Amino acid sequence: MQFDTPATTNPIDRMKVVGRPHERIDGPLKTTGQAPYAYEHRAIANPAYGYIVGSAVAKGTIRSINLDEARGAPGVLSIVTAATAGKLGKGQMNTVKLLAGPQVDHYHQAVALVVAETFEQARAAAALVRVDYARATGSYDLDEALKSAPLTGGDSGEGSGAPPVDRTGKFEDAFAAAPVKIDAEYTTPDHSHAMMEPFASIAAWNGDELTLWTSNQMIDWGRGDLAKTLGIPKDKITLMSPYVGGGFGGKLFLRADAVLAALGAKAAKRPVKLAMQRPMMVNNATHRPATRQRIRLGAQPDGTITAIAHESGSGDQPNGGPEAAVNQTKLLYAGANRLTSMRLAVLNLPEGNAMRAPGEAPGMMALEIAMDELAEKLRMDPVALRIKNDTQVDPEKPERRFSQRQLVRCLTEGAQRFGWSRRSATPGQVRDGKWLVGMGVAAAFRNHVNRTSGARVRLGQDGVVTVETDMTDIGTGSYTIIAQTAGEMLGVPAEAVVVKLGSSAFPVSAGSGGQWGAANATAGVYAACVKLREQAAQRLGIDPATADFADGRVSGGGKSGDLRAAASGGELVGEDKIEFDKLDKTYQFATFGAHFVEVGVDAYTGITRIRRMLAVCAAGRIINPVSARSQVIGAMTMGAGSALMEELAVDKRFGMFVNHDLASYEVPVHADIPQQEVVFLDEADEKANPMKAKGVGELGMCGVAGAIANAVYNATGVRIRDYPLTLEKHLERLPPIV
Amino acid sequence: MRAFTYERAKDAVEAARIVAGRPDAKFIAGGTNLLDLMKLEIETPTHLVDVQDLGFDKIEKTRDGGLRIGALVTNTDLAADERVRRDYGVLTRAIVAGASGQLRNKASTAGNLLQRTRCPYFYDTNMACNKRKPGSGCAAIGGYSRQLGVIGVSNACIATFPGDMAVAMRVLDAAIETVDGGGQKRSIPIAEFHRLWGDRPEIDTVLKPGELITAVTLPRPIGGRHFYEKVRDRASYAYALVSVAAVIQRDGTGRVAFGGVAPRPWRVEAADALLPQGAAAVTARAFQGATPTRDNAFKLPLATRALASVIAQAKA
Repeated sequence: MQFDTPATTNPIDRMKVVGRPHERIDGPLKTTGQAPYAYEHRAIANPAYGYIVGSAVAKGTIRSINLDEARGAPGVLSIVTAATAGKLGKGQMNTVKLLAGPQVDHYHQAVALVVAETFEQARAAAALVRVDYARATGSYDLDEALKSAPLTGGDSGEGSGAPPVDRTGKFEDAFAAAPVKIDAEYTTPDHSHAMMEPFASIAAWNGDELTLWTSNQMIDWGRGDLAKTLGIPKDKITLMSPYVGGGFGGKLFLRADAVLAALGAKAAKRPVKLAMQRPMMVNNATHRPATRQRIRLGAQPDGTITAIAHESGSGDQPNGGPEAAVNQTKLLYAGANRLTSMRLAVLNLPEGNAMRAPGEAPGMMALEIAMDELAEKLRMDPVALRIKNDTQVDPEKPERRFSQRQLVRCLTEGAQRFGWSRRSATPGQVRDGKWLVGMGVAAAFRNHVNRTSGARVRLGQDGVVTVETDMTDIGTGSYTIIAQTAGEMLGVPAEAVVVKLGSSAFPVSAGSGGQWGAANATAGVYAACVKLREQAAQRLGIDPATADFADGRVSGGGKSGDLRAAASGGELVGEDKIEFDKLDKTYQFATFGAHFVEVGVDAYTGITRIRRMLAVCAAGRIINPVSARSQVIGAMTMGAGSALMEELAVDKRFGMFVNHDLASYEVPVHADIPQQEVVFLDEADEKANPMKAKGVGELGMCGVAGAIANAVYNATGVRIRDYPLTLEKHLERLPPIV
Repeated sequence: MRAFTYERAKDAVEAARIVAGRPDAKFIAGGTNLLDLMKLEIETPTHLVDVQDLGFDKIEKTRDGGLRIGALVTNTDLAADERVRRDYGVLTRAIVAGASGQLRNKASTAGNLLQRTRCPYFYDTNMACNKRKPGSGCAAIGGYSRQLGVIGVSNACIATFPGDMAVAMRVLDAAIETVDGGGQKRSIPIAEFHRLWGDRPEIDTVLKPGELITAVTLPRPIGGRHFYEKVRDRASYAYALVSVAAVIQRDGTGRVAFGGVAPRPWRVEAADALLPQGAAAVTARAFQGATPTRDNAFKLPLATRALASVIAQAKA
């Protein structure tokens, strides 16, 4: 189904199943431990166990590996190294190869896999692998590396001769002339996905065919890159990932567990189970890269922004990419004169890549403090400043309108609900016992992405509706919203729909990433259901164009029949995909919100604790308010982590993230998170897709850290521009203790 | 993890004798720290002597009006004990500020005293660490040291003792009772129990090989108001950046010990005496000669401010 014109009225608009709060249909399986995660599939006979050896150096070469001791250890079946693995390719989505040797690209890059009869034997033997490294000098200091880092990206394009800087109007002139301005630098640290389920895979070969049970957000990417890495045809691989215990972007791509499980199973001639040990997760895998950002804003006394510049620097492995922290600044606020640019330094730290709301998350962390600073300089309410600079068009290309944009309503409704009018405009004024209390606001912004997504829907002779798509459920609720979609389209309750996900045997979907999963995957199911409706109506002698599917029946043109009867002569199968082309060129698709936060800062110790959080979101039609709310509060929690505690500490001597376990890389616990309120505006974006829905999974993260930082400032009067906002960054600037 | 053999001891002296006779043997009680360290091969015992059946699981009154806490009393039970909550509130507060409910259910009193440092370089076996591998150097010095020690540390090691319970016990002048393989018993004042690293950071305490903790005794209650102020980025399940255990009397005198700053719970009796003069006076004396790093220099003003918070609460 090509989606090139805005949707008109369609069966989803009935909102009998879609749009209703529906508990997760996979919830009971998960809470009773019956949902098999990657490491838990029991149908594999006689598995062996793998354990990864990670590089002890960040950059260098492997001179030699002595496997004698490890080979002789009890239970060892096989040991895989680059020297024994045969020629390996590199996945298209991977910046760095997943098995080192002889070159080492980063700390804890896999150098060997030990396969043994038991997990314990594999682990014990892995400690006996002796690797002799020639350590090379590497680049590990972002600030140092950025001093000579080139500009990257931008619209100017390769070969245009122009520097890769995006410009609209004349920023420098406008900024110089602006009567009110701010010019500040902000830093965000490296972040780890820190998902609960580690990377895990079980690989089993049958001749030249490989079956891989794994934990991956994007089945087709993973399958393609595994084929490329192993040098085998893609159709020889079946990849299954029906349940994913969190990914946050860390599992968008093929990772070492999948490659090594496949290699280990081949070498041991046995299925191999492999879960990456937690202390290796941080440095072996990808992370959200640190940024160094400079923002300049110039405004008229009435708050109208006339000049806006956002420059960001980040680092990555050679041939890697930048953290696109300036992207939202191109779209969020009006302003005639604009400049955005990025620098990319070469670092030999582990590979940087996508983590929940890549670009926008760190970009908004900076931009939304900058807006707060500008508001203060203007003596203007920060809500009012944002409203003043709202735009309904892409500021760089005014002919492109936003398909739907209700940022202003999010701000005003949020302000009213939160009691924003009680905020003291002067910081450091409100005290509750030992707590300095403050309120902060930030806009939330995240683009919505249209992606092709396919599905197959079956109506069995028994009347059961089954949906098959390689879409994944990474804890987001995909199972449930897909059941709701098929239920709405076919006139049956969500409970009557069987949903099968996460297998490469099913049609390729949008997958889970970039908050594009829910809207696109359900739109793909919609398209497949349209096909099935046509067949079912025809079987019942009803004109598909007018057929109504409701309450298990199909009716139209004065006729009516049981849906089930349509398949009495044989199973019906509808398969299709949703595809997009033109509307993206006409419209900018994005989601919006407003975050309001109240914090307390301990006047003695400088510790910040969040007291209240509210997010008002405008993200198109909400397919399932409970799973959408769950996504937003989870994202707000992650935002609280990035504001207050999350930071991968870089050891610039050894080129590694030091705090590489869950004891030392702190993410919020329950005690850190207060009452969280989420409000969704009643929207339907008919230009987005037939579901009239957009993404919501990352919106909740964008801006929340800025709102927290602004609340901290409002509490203390001390501005911190360096995340996370740990106590030492303002301790000695806090009001003196008596 | 290396393969190990395991036995459950039936007798304390026998258990002590076995461990004293085998340098590769260790006691295990709750195992909440040891097992993690074994999985990472930071600890590599080849024999474990499980002491959980030895019956040291009671809290009893002592003849002089104090309490005798069996070595195997869990953190949960100790914190919840009515006498502890009434007379030694600082201890309950310190315990419940540590770890998680699940870990406190399993962790023992003796094991908590013996928990090892959480220095990230100690935990990464690719890194030099004099505590893990004597003579290999200290990667933490010159590295990421935000959590690490500011006083009592050495050129060989800047790690801290990470616990909370012991900091309260230090303020309460607890003593550690032990027995050795010869049946010899002794009582070690907690002030002397944890070593300063010096040039032997691999040795955490003054316990001799095989010497087994049987109990911790608390002297009779000293009254006063009891505080445990634990400062950390995360509200729960995090080690202290700085913690303050204090007992403050109505007249403003009292005792104070600091956690998260040194190889042992840090108390300087001469600093206690300065409590009536305020927090700054106390910490100036307690942290005299401190050697913070750039990363953890904030712990000094933080200790002062955390103590000021306690003093303010005591006055309120």
